[in-house]
Amino acid sequence: MTEWLERHVPKMVLAPSFAAILVFVYGFIAWTAWVSLTRSRLLPKYEIEGLIQYERLFASPRFDTAMVNLFIFGTLFIIISMVLGLLIAILLDQKIRTEGVLRTIYLYPMALSMIVTGTAWKWIMNPGLGIEKMVRDWGFENFSFDWVIDPDMAIYAVVIAGVWQASGFVMALFLAGLRSVDGEIIKAAQVDGIPNWRIYSAIIIPSMAPIFLSAFIVLAHLAIKSFDLVIALTGGGPGYATDLPATYMYAMAFSRGDIGQAASSAMVMMAVVFAIIVPYLYSELRTKHD
Amino acid sequence: MKTSVFAAVSAIALTCAMPAVAEPQAEVLHWWTSGGEAKSVAVLQQEFADNGGTWTDMPVAGGGGDAAMTALRARVLSGNAPTAVQLKGPAIQEWYEEGVLADISAVAEAEGWADVLPASIAGHMMCEGTWCAAPVNVHRIDWIWGNADVLSANGIAMPTTWDEFNAAADKLAAAGITPLAHGGQAWQDATVFEAVALGILGADGFKKAFVDLDMDTLKSAEMVAVFDQMRKMRGYVDDNFSGRDWNLATAMVMNGEAAFQIMGDWAKGEFLAAGKVPGEDFLCASVPGDGFLYNVDSFAMFNVDGDDKKAGQDLLSKLIVGKNFQKVFNLNKGSIPARVDVALDEFDSCAHLSAKDMNESSDNGSLLPSYAHGMALRGAQSGAITDVVTAHFNSDMSSADAVNMLADAVANSM
Repeated sequence: MTEWLERHVPKMVLAPSFAAILVFVYGFIAWTAWVSLTRSRLLPKYEIEGLIQYERLFASPRFDTAMVNLFIFGTLFIIISMVLGLLIAILLDQKIRTEGVLRTIYLYPMALSMIVTGTAWKWIMNPGLGIEKMVRDWGFENFSFDWVIDPDMAIYAVVIAGVWQASGFVMALFLAGLRSVDGEIIKAAQVDGIPNWRIYSAIIIPSMAPIFLSAFIVLAHLAIKSFDLVIALTGGGPGYATDLPATYMYAMAFSRGDIGQAASSAMVMMAVVFAIIVPYLYSELRTKHD
Repeated sequence: MKTSVFAAVSAIALTCAMPAVAEPQAEVLHWWTSGGEAKSVAVLQQEFADNGGTWTDMPVAGGGGDAAMTALRARVLSGNAPTAVQLKGPAIQEWYEEGVLADISAVAEAEGWADVLPASIAGHMMCEGTWCAAPVNVHRIDWIWGNADVLSANGIAMPTTWDEFNAAADKLAAAGITPLAHGGQAWQDATVFEAVALGILGADGFKKAFVDLDMDTLKSAEMVAVFDQMRKMRGYVDDNFSGRDWNLATAMVMNGEAAFQIMGDWAKGEFLAAGKVPGEDFLCASVPGDGFLYNVDSFAMFNVDGDDKKAGQDLLSKLIVGKNFQKVFNLNKGSIPARVDVALDEFDSCAHLSAKDMNESSDNGSLLPSYAHGMALRGAQSGAITDVVTAHFNSDMSSADAVNMLADAVANSM
């Protein structure tokens, strides 16, 4: 009896969550894929019509802008957050006195919701209220910082707010990574008279490769799903200059009664996520196998 | 006195029309939740209760009705539609095509709606020849609001042509006043755009372009001129306009920071709430050009089971188009009654102008649905047009490119 229980209890405990994930994640992915092949407008319809929604999607200049924005935002957000996070982590790693306080200060933005970050930065970057006005009031009349209202630069304003929010978190990840490197190796290198920057670039950072991967995966999915940051910061504007696939999908599903378009853009978003996650999973599974 | 006679008549009509057993029930889904709007709905709620009905309020705020539409979709899909839903424009026919709207022709014919509603507005309330919705009000979109002091100080009258507007705006800009108060949100860009389009394309051209989606008109030289004027308008807006709410833009006109605003007549509510007097502190005029762009709020009745709910729908439809509600509601909301036979004594001068223009334009065929406010086109098409309008307004795109993009976007949205 106990043997039977030992064998079956874990399965029974896992079964409900397994079933729930099967229905609510994979089931709904399948449903969305189905709807994306129909001509659904206001309400979902189920007669398959082929790839019409995808043709419309790729012909739409707005979705084009959204994908380009995702690329710009994703790349800059991930790279800058990682570089900045690593830099702060290395500086904090110099055994300074107030590390605890500083670490908390840098990590705190992560505790805010993206809506708060977006709204705060909207005001900070508003030319009539924020930085531009402040610097002009100091007497620099020609100073200009109007990225949020410039359609060509607005997406970079979103990057600034995103980086501000996420780099502290990346710093915490890297700091943990730096601390986990074996102190003996570092001491040995110091005894050999190797300069500090060489110790970091040749010993510590290479040994942190898994941390880079985790940070990348976390930031990548934050970038692809980011929605609230754009909604709060620019509302997708000026025009639709800062639209991302997620805001496009929302507009189609909830404002325009075009569920087919929303479903097809959701599928494209999922494909982008898969393109990033699948190689990661593949490498993970393979190393386990060896 | 008039009111009580009307109430008495409707009470008698009611007792005759309704089976005695069914007590009218109505669950009403709407998104009128802000101050003045909520007050307006309370009027209807009270009247419904006075006639023996039970009102179940289902207000869903947020997103200019987006949240309410999401709630509606969930209710309809689960087979439990609300009795009446605030819906407007082609969305009524879109829901009708899903097979979920009820027929209220009996009430409409008994009340003679066809005789008291302007024909083009009545058209929105009909689904394949049957009445399926009841109109509440008429908002005019193509208004231009002006600050009286600023204009008289600069010797400017309300413009009657776009050239006059441009000349006035240049003069104001030279005097250091923002000519046009505007908020850079897509729907506000679209509101200005359709006002300009009505002026330049004329009523026929507007109808061809934004009701019939005629490709030749969308690609015409006149449409290029519309975008040219939009580029000029962009120059008359202050630098800080991105994302500004419409009521803040109205406040700029009120304070004299800006001279004009192009906005629907809900802007009047802001002026009145600030204690400004029409004709003295602020001026209202239709934008240059002939025609009248309307945005009509209405309630559509959904298929429901049970005599009590059906009785509720009949009573509600009847009250909504009733003279008393049309008057009280629109006094609160700043719009004008949809039916043309309501006495306008208590309304202000802007509303009188609106009603006069509505009747005239209804007679000469220039009473047209607003595309920017979802009256002329379905969501996908109007959204596609707005995308182009706002992209052009917020960039340095050329008018010719904008016109090509407009035609492509409309074709792609079908």
